[in-house]
Amino acid sequence: MNELSEKVLGGKQGALHLAILAVLLLVILPLCLDLFRLGLIGKYVTYAFVAISLVLLWGNGGILSLGQGMFFGLGGYCMAMFLKLEASDPISTKIQTTPGLPDFMDWNQIVELPWFWEPFKSLPLTLLLVLVVPVLLAFIIGMAMFTRRVGGVYFSIITQAIALILSILIVGQQGYTGGVNGITDLKTLSGWDIRTDSAKYCLYFMNAGLLILCIMLSRFILTSKFGMLLLAMRDKEERVRFSGYDVARFKIFIFCVAAMISAIGGAMFTLQIGFMSPSFVGIVPSIEMVIFAAVGGRMSLIGAVYGTLLVNFGKTIFSETYPELWLFLMGGLFIAVVMFFPDGLAGIYEKYAPHCSFSMLRARWLKKVPKVTGERQ
Amino acid sequence: MNPTEFILTIEDLTVSFDGFKAVDNLNLYIENNELRVVIGPNGAGKTTLLDLICGKTKATSGSIKFKNTELTRLAEHQIVRTGVGRKFQTPSIYENLTVYQNLEVSYPEGRSVIGSLFFTTTPAVKERVTRIADEIFLTESLHQQAALLSHGQKQWLEIGMLLMQDPELLMLDEPVAGMSAKERDLTADLLNRICKNRSVLVIEHDMEFVKKIAHKVTVLHQGKILAEGSMEKIQSNETVIDVYLGH
Ligand SMILES: Nc1ncnc2c1ncn2[C@@H]1O[C@H](COP(=O)(O)OP(=O)(O)OP(=O)(O)O)[C@@H](O)[C@H]1O
Ligand SMILES: [Mg+2]
Repeated sequence: MNELSEKVLGGKQGALHLAILAVLLLVILPLCLDLFRLGLIGKYVTYAFVAISLVLLWGNGGILSLGQGMFFGLGGYCMAMFLKLEASDPISTKIQTTPGLPDFMDWNQIVELPWFWEPFKSLPLTLLLVLVVPVLLAFIIGMAMFTRRVGGVYFSIITQAIALILSILIVGQQGYTGGVNGITDLKTLSGWDIRTDSAKYCLYFMNAGLLILCIMLSRFILTSKFGMLLLAMRDKEERVRFSGYDVARFKIFIFCVAAMISAIGGAMFTLQIGFMSPSFVGIVPSIEMVIFAAVGGRMSLIGAVYGTLLVNFGKTIFSETYPELWLFLMGGLFIAVVMFFPDGLAGIYEKYAPHCSFSMLRARWLKKVPKVTGERQ
Repeated sequence: MNPTEFILTIEDLTVSFDGFKAVDNLNLYIENNELRVVIGPNGAGKTTLLDLICGKTKATSGSIKFKNTELTRLAEHQIVRTGVGRKFQTPSIYENLTVYQNLEVSYPEGRSVIGSLFFTTTPAVKERVTRIADEIFLTESLHQQAALLSHGQKQWLEIGMLLMQDPELLMLDEPVAGMSAKERDLTADLLNRICKNRSVLVIEHDMEFVKKIAHKVTVLHQGKILAEGSMEKIQSNETVIDVYLGH
């Protein structure tokens, strides 16, 4: 294996686990499930983007963001704004006072498209903004927090507050954002009807493919020196700083990457589910995402994906029958995981799975590597 | 004396915490390849002095010149990059990483975000890690998790992490605290070896140890210099005996 593929896949075992996940998402589930259930999986997979962003940020970097929902939401909103404009062509909105405007604007007596909606007339620009807007927000928050050395619990609380403010803002500015209902009745993406069965399949595969790519990007980061520095910063930030590293920059960077990955999930959510609303922006979804990552294993990219799938599966099954009980169960689950399985499902797997012999071999191989200097590959 | 002969020139350095002067109008000069030991009672301001030099604490007034660079205006990581390394009083290592990784991550390349993403561990880096691990007596534990090291080994590891950076000025805050007699001897040898091509500033309480390593000793008391000179001179100094060595 060459250097890059080794880094992206995370060694033999990493490649194996990634392949299993890919086969599950891209082959097994599409073959076994009907379109409705597959759609549910697709929705969970969009949350998994946020979960892996938290593995980078929280599990490895020790930076617990309780506001990842805002990046998911912003990505989703950017996508939804494009689709909404396309769905609001003058012909289909001719009964409105101002045809050509999104319906909720018309209801709120807005007669002209607000300036910040203008860029979303263009698809390339929208795709760019899906990434740029969340990253920019993350950059601003990161600059403000990390250069002032705000960290730990303070950072968590502040991100939570910002997520709350953003969701309140979206709800409050109904005429510009669609308010509490969000942006709904999305139909086509550049003329391609996203509500058809074939489009749904197509989007499902795109979504799963993008998740795999994001995992590979994250792997690349975690296996580089940057990844080791993340662990080091989590352990002893001062030591990293006094070893000549500008800690704030590293934190800002990983926060931006995490925002970007979350935003991709949000955009894919909009495309697959056909709407975006403030209920994905605020505190509750943000904390749920942390639970997904914790259950799956906050140190494990792949584990976080399984954690997301399982918790959401449980949620769907359980909340159909006992909607009231679910929140308590989820809270209990979180506490249990944190107290007894700090490394989540991935940790349990590492400990008990029948691949012991394989991993032992690997450990032995790893131990030998640095001694046979330069002879690797 | 001509100030350019010194690697470190500290003049009129004062830091005041709410009116309490932990370091008070201090002047200190360190020469090239010198091993200086700073001693003094608890709370004398020794650690604070290192904090000031490495930028952890900002000076209220005064100047710290390293070679020709004024350090008081630089950020911590910039100070490190000019060539100043500092070991903390309590061993400060990355417990979750192996000894090897602790050393590797301290290698002074790939220090920017992008640089670290594309940094590759060349044979030269590996060679350096192995050599330094040998120097700090940790070859056997190279692939052990750092958390499992003994207290003394952790002290060595942190010194090793600094050696990876090859600083021109190495500052060590109580490097032999928590070490056995044997480990202290080894550390004394280590310091005598590593001060060959750099200046070293050591803070220490253990007088036996100080005797083995010091070229020159500075006694700090209440943020001020009480005495300075060779070990013999310090040990026979009346005031020093009174405030520090006596008890
Ligand atoms: N950030 C700070 N704020 C307020 N007071 C401080 C601060 N840092 C140090 N001090 C005070 O400055 C004095 C000197 O502390 P310092 O840690 O430098 O002593 P020391 O010589 O290293 O002692 P020890 O031998 O116990 O390590 C102490 O009285 C301490 O309480
Ligand atoms: Mg001290």
